[in-house]
Amino acid sequence: MDEIVKDFLIESNENLDRLDQELVKLESEPSSKELLASVFRTIHTIKGSCGFLGFARLEKLAHAGESLLSRLRDGKLSLSAEITSGLLAMVDAVRRMLAAIQASGQDGEEDYAPLIELLTRLQGEHAVASAAAVSPKLPHSLPATVTQAEAITTVENAPQPLPDPSLGKPGRKPRRRKESPDATTVDPQKLATMTPPPATHADQASAAAPPAPESRNPNAAVETIRVGVTLLDQLMNLVGELVLARNQLLQFSNSTQDAGFQAVSQRMNLIATELQEEVMKTRMQPIGNLWNKFPRTVRDLALGCGKEVRLVMEGQETELDRTIIEAIKDPLTHLVRNSMDHGIEAPETRKRAGKDPAGTLTLRAFHEGGQVNIEISDDGAGLNGPRIRQKALERGLISAQQATTMPDRDVFNLIFLPGFSTAEKVTKVSGRGVGMDVVKTNVEKIGGAVDVLSTPGRGTTVRVKIPLTLAIIPALIVTCGGERFAIPQVSLSELVRLDAEDQGKGIELVHGAPVYRLRGRLLPLVYLDRELGMRREAGNSASQTAAINIIVLQAEDRQFGLIVDEITDTEEIVVKPLGKQLKGINAYSGATIMGDGRVALILDVPGLARRAKVIAAARETAHDEGHSEAAAAGIRDEHALLIAENGTEGRVAIPLGMVARLEEFPRTVVEHAGAQEVMQYRGQIIPLVRLSAIVPATSDAEMLANAGSIQVVVYSEGKRTVGLIVDRIVDIVEERATAESLAPRAGVVGSFVTQRHVTDLLDVPAIVRAAVPGLLDAAEPEAGRV
Amino acid sequence: MASQQFCTFLLDGYLFGVPVPQVQEVIRFHDMTPVPLAPPAVEGLINLRGQIVAAVDLRRRLGLAERTAGELPVNVVVRTPDGAVSLLVDEIGDVIEVEQSTFETPPETLHASLRATILGVYKLDGRLLHVLDKDKACLAADLEPTAAGR
Repeated sequence: MDEIVKDFLIESNENLDRLDQELVKLESEPSSKELLASVFRTIHTIKGSCGFLGFARLEKLAHAGESLLSRLRDGKLSLSAEITSGLLAMVDAVRRMLAAIQASGQDGEEDYAPLIELLTRLQGEHAVASAAAVSPKLPHSLPATVTQAEAITTVENAPQPLPDPSLGKPGRKPRRRKESPDATTVDPQKLATMTPPPATHADQASAAAPPAPESRNPNAAVETIRVGVTLLDQLMNLVGELVLARNQLLQFSNSTQDAGFQAVSQRMNLIATELQEEVMKTRMQPIGNLWNKFPRTVRDLALGCGKEVRLVMEGQETELDRTIIEAIKDPLTHLVRNSMDHGIEAPETRKRAGKDPAGTLTLRAFHEGGQVNIEISDDGAGLNGPRIRQKALERGLISAQQATTMPDRDVFNLIFLPGFSTAEKVTKVSGRGVGMDVVKTNVEKIGGAVDVLSTPGRGTTVRVKIPLTLAIIPALIVTCGGERFAIPQVSLSELVRLDAEDQGKGIELVHGAPVYRLRGRLLPLVYLDRELGMRREAGNSASQTAAINIIVLQAEDRQFGLIVDEITDTEEIVVKPLGKQLKGINAYSGATIMGDGRVALILDVPGLARRAKVIAAARETAHDEGHSEAAAAGIRDEHALLIAENGTEGRVAIPLGMVARLEEFPRTVVEHAGAQEVMQYRGQIIPLVRLSAIVPATSDAEMLANAGSIQVVVYSEGKRTVGLIVDRIVDIVEERATAESLAPRAGVVGSFVTQRHVTDLLDVPAIVRAAVPGLLDAAEPEAGRV
Repeated sequence: MASQQFCTFLLDGYLFGVPVPQVQEVIRFHDMTPVPLAPPAVEGLINLRGQIVAAVDLRRRLGLAERTAGELPVNVVVRTPDGAVSLLVDEIGDVIEVEQSTFETPPETLHASLRATILGVYKLDGRLLHVLDKDKACLAADLEPTAAGR
């Protein structure tokens, strides 16, 4: 049976039990608005769910009950004994239908027409009665008795047999049991009238069979019980403790010779391990549980938008913590709807594009690096890069300069900004511009990340990366100042170890702020002990002979290096919250218990970065010069290359890592200092280097002279900054450039092919040195001083 | 409510107490993990059977003299609205029953740091029992949470 139907059964059975109690209670307190509202909600929920699951008969019955209740709720009708029994009869009928669903997957074939008729009649007749006799101010004094008296007559006059006219009394359950046999004896007869004409005794006999499988299939409600997550958490805590005690026991048993004791502790060891695994499992659920509803969503949406879509699901068995499944439910639904609405094209469009008219929507889930990856891919039209650029520009989300220089990958991620929508029209499904930002926020809330990849005409893939569980995370255990700290692996990029002899060249200072050159890029460094204000014990200082451990961490869009005394291990840790006394400190996100039973603090990487002003600084630059975000994103990739035009024909590439900024200036900013072209830039005078002067190219001099602005690639080394004037910035590509050297040329490492053009890979430091001799060399002693 | 039972403990020679129902347990000195940047009164974190509990040094919290080195405090684990908190005290005393009639609010002259956390005193034979407001005592956040405070 479908997981979703099972859930529905469990939930409905629970609801029905409550309904029994509430209806009975309602009879004694007919004026209780709260009770009435609650009963109404319950019936409404059942009606809604069975409509969704396609149990039409059940829905019809629940609908009749709901209509009756809505009149009661609106005060158009007051509750009488008859209405109560009518409602209870409905509850019982619903229960029988649920049992039928449980047994056969169908909502039974019992005829509920008389009951529905009764429920409908109860609405009408009493409306009249109450209109005539009930003054709304006195719902349960004299008029109530009048209705009750009438109720009895209605029961007597009722032409159809009532399922059970007995009034709601305490102890409903035994009554229900008694009733069940009645129901089954009624069943075959009703069934006989509905089965095809040849139906005879044989059919009746087979119709009477259902109770048998029912007893073989015990109630789903009995097979599963609902347990609070808090209880499971407690259980996990205790198991964690047990594991620790077990470890100590094992150590102890190793030091004794008692064979009996060793055997017992060995068994204890196995049991504890198994117990731990099982308890962990209680919180895990396959993602398939969540995906089960998508086939229907997709089908309905496809019908709604007139598209043909095939849904492919891979990795349904991938398990996730329950709380995470809950948290990603809405974001995933949204992404699926989005792909359906915007991604996959209409069948005719697809045919014209030479694609299969039926689109494919693929959901993929897999584990990778301690995280769960969920991909929602479609083979639709892909994201429209130029259009996103244009929209983002219109809305002022990016600057004109960014619109031209931003790499596609970053452009695509603009769709996650609030209020962004490129949809031509707002449809029922999506296009209002809310949603993608909510998706991103929700995913990030649970420590995940969203990324979008798209190829025009080929489709879009949204990748959601989420932690396996919120309760247990892989972490790096480090030691600093004699204490252990855990660093969540999610924020970890890499580890760098500087041996004693490398230290001199490793760590440099920029205005007193320590930095490390990580593959040619400056990485701000943070000393954990200083940041936490820990007292240094003598002989423990980082500036001494011992090797330096740098943990490269990712906080928001920034990388920074955290210096610790020692890197111990990676471990799965159980995250526990900190008490109120320590909530105010942004350096920790929680605490955990280590193998030896001691507590270790979990570092809050973004918090720490903010404390150390790593992120705040990053934000500032992002504001005053919007491009840096895109640049930062590119820099992370070593193979990102900035492609520029040199002259009308030549193309050059500069490793993006060497580019501090890309700027566009009016031609008039160029001034002269002696023969050197210079410009004022951020309170500095920077020399300008014309690329064409160093790397000759066929250039259209007239065109250059007429151009109103210049494109400047700002290059920094140490404290020195140089502007490199190029003719036009073309693109940023990600490519591992294997440059071949055709003929040695000044300032060119070699040539390679990208975007079908031969492109020269520039040696920027060499160009700068050639153009402004002595500039960089003069800067070096200063930068090199540690 | 004529009489009430108090779990008593000593702090710098003074007798303190919290009502017995508020005390979860009393345990011997426990290995502790210090928390850098935490308020000075927070001595560290202890692992109480899988539960991580902050330990508040009551001497420091109440502005009393520091415990001499080598003297191991005792953990009195109290229940608070935000979960268990361990109060570090010098020595644990008896559970005593006190008459409500012997209660008095603290005198005006009491040191300000104590006034906030002491509900009053019970006049016992020959000594005074200070009633600790454990919820306030656990709110170490009142004290400046700076590294410089250490």
